[in-house]
Amino acid sequence: MKRLKDLIDHRLSRRSVLSGTAAAAMLATASTFAPAFADDVNTTGLAVTDDTVKVGILHSVTGTMAISETGSVQAEKLAIEQINAMGGVLGRKIEYIQEDGASDWPTFAEKAKKLLVNDKVAAVFGCWTSASRKAVLPVFEQYNGMLYYPTFYEGLEQSPNVIYTGQEATQQIIAGIDWVAKEKGAKSFYLLGSDYIWPRTSNKIARKHIEKLGLKVVGEEYYPLGHTQFNSVINKIKLKKPDVIYAIVVGGSNVAFYKQLKAAGIDMTKEKPLLLTISVTEDEIRGIGGENIEGAYAAMKYFQSLDNENNAEFVKSFKEMWGDDIVIGDVTQAAYLGPWLWKAAVEKAGSFDIDKVRLASPGIELTTAPEGYVRVHENHHLWSKTRIGLAKPDGQYELVYETTDLMEPDPFPEGYQ
Amino acid sequence: MFADYSWTELGSIFAMQGFAGLILFSVFVLMALGLAIIFGQMGVINMAHGEFMILGAYVTYLCSNIVETYIPSLFGIYFFFAMALAFVAAGALGALVEWSLIRHLYKRPLDTLLATWGLSLILQQAYRSIFGAREVGVSLPNWLLGSVPLTDIIEIPINGIFVMVLTLVIAIGVYFILFRSRMGMQTRAVVQNRVMAGAVGINTEKVDRHTFALGCGIAGIAGSAFTMIGSTGPTAGQLYIVDTFLIVVFGGAASLLGTIASSFAISQAQSTMEFFLSGSMAKVLTLLTVVGILMLRPEGLFSLKIRR
Repeated sequence: MKRLKDLIDHRLSRRSVLSGTAAAAMLATASTFAPAFADDVNTTGLAVTDDTVKVGILHSVTGTMAISETGSVQAEKLAIEQINAMGGVLGRKIEYIQEDGASDWPTFAEKAKKLLVNDKVAAVFGCWTSASRKAVLPVFEQYNGMLYYPTFYEGLEQSPNVIYTGQEATQQIIAGIDWVAKEKGAKSFYLLGSDYIWPRTSNKIARKHIEKLGLKVVGEEYYPLGHTQFNSVINKIKLKKPDVIYAIVVGGSNVAFYKQLKAAGIDMTKEKPLLLTISVTEDEIRGIGGENIEGAYAAMKYFQSLDNENNAEFVKSFKEMWGDDIVIGDVTQAAYLGPWLWKAAVEKAGSFDIDKVRLASPGIELTTAPEGYVRVHENHHLWSKTRIGLAKPDGQYELVYETTDLMEPDPFPEGYQ
Repeated sequence: MFADYSWTELGSIFAMQGFAGLILFSVFVLMALGLAIIFGQMGVINMAHGEFMILGAYVTYLCSNIVETYIPSLFGIYFFFAMALAFVAAGALGALVEWSLIRHLYKRPLDTLLATWGLSLILQQAYRSIFGAREVGVSLPNWLLGSVPLTDIIEIPINGIFVMVLTLVIAIGVYFILFRSRMGMQTRAVVQNRVMAGAVGINTEKVDRHTFALGCGIAGIAGSAFTMIGSTGPTAGQLYIVDTFLIVVFGGAASLLGTIASSFAISQAQSTMEFFLSGSMAKVLTLLTVVGILMLRPEGLFSLKIRR
């Protein structure tokens, strides 16, 4: 009860608390860095001095999610280094404070609070799973921070304090299903996923779209996270003979699923059935083994093999910084966009103030993105193209299709509110 | 639900499904055997069992890389060396752990649970520091991949057959070690009456160490074999630990036969229900059944009859 009351008090007095801390911070700053006091690029007491600005990086580098989040940390550090080499943001060098979410959602919330309240960072690049984002969301809204979130996710969310640099579900799903229906003549689909919010919501959107096109869903299945035995579902797939296996399996289960699919004699290169996934990036293929997933198709917005100048430059600098044998997946590229989008918004606003950055964000465009051109939508998601890649035995995707137009982000598709 | 299919199709699918159940059974036995030896014979709850398995998987990964780079001509058969090495490595680590940690805690079973849990966290972070946080891909010789087509629909996965044969060999091996060898006789003597076994001249400390090492070594072999069907990453061991404990407890902690029987029951229930229901629902029902049976028979399926 007391906690609740505290929380309400806190919420009610948020404005006064904020201005209070700001004043205190400014007094403190005034004594040490006199010039910063008068600086109108920072009126809310963020950790900005005349030549530096502090930001946070908040990902899991230990625990089960470290597998996935390592790439994002590397991409964000690369972007920050490059921005600094170009002279920083509003003439200030970016200094990052890295915190470890340790694959534990309450830890994420605690570290987010530390970054916002103690370190007063101007922006945070971080989180990977939806669960971690949901855990930090109240913290960012209460203390008015700005989070750049890189993962493709299920949508159904739009916060003034988050910029979503990955695709939301409809962007990834609709283009992919249209493509297999049109180009491959697919009539029937078997939906398969790990049992939690992202695969379930995504499959719900997929089913709706499939049925809208007048095609058939012949099966829908979910397996617990970490499940390692897929022989039964593979038998069911063989019995139902769908044209497309639509797979949203994640984590360690992925490896088991593709190895067992291959061992059961389903040769994906024959495309009978064809496999379309939205959850396997180049990062995951390293664990699965290229020979086990050869012939599968993936629908996402970025592949390491994309042939354009931005991407060639990006892949080259990424390998220079992190080693030659590294692979870059969709989320890693989206994480790389975070610091650049923030820089553009700050410079457009002419201020580090969170409220001004938020107002400046919609309409921000990046022509230098490795994936090509992206633009921030009013709903804080990105306009981006969706691409289909064909998995090769060397662990890379070969681009076989991309949408001609940018896909509009639609985090609240009809029928899901 | 079967109206749309012909009899041959249904026959084939049930044959395949039976086979899937048998593969699952072999996987379960392989996972649980090492733990059953340690838990059943020594009463030590080894929470780090999964990490010993992953040690075996990483040894296999190293072997595959070394053989592929330096002696590619032997790549076709490297898997057998890798399994032997995995056994030795996991067994050696097991012996070290027993000597440095477990033996001080024999009279405090709950503390061994905590200590081995801590050990599992240490090992996970060690793997992460050494091999990186990302999963590694173990390349396998071609003859282990793919399947043997029997008819149009029935296809037998080769790695499934391999796991089944391996499980059989190891189960027979364990039987001989425990029931037909000198070491096994000593182990059983220590389990039945530690003081008396010591009094007749058995070095009980040595027996403990060997038993623990044997259990860990078998976990290593299991981990090595599972590179064919699962993932190899720092935390992949966690995927197996719950099922493994379930099987050992359900089977009756002190009985190896019980472990095999419970593997069979759980795997068949699981794979049959997975076919008729969804995957998550099958898991829920399996767990519910196990909980129900354990409420009626707390000592598990098979238990030694002891007069108290």
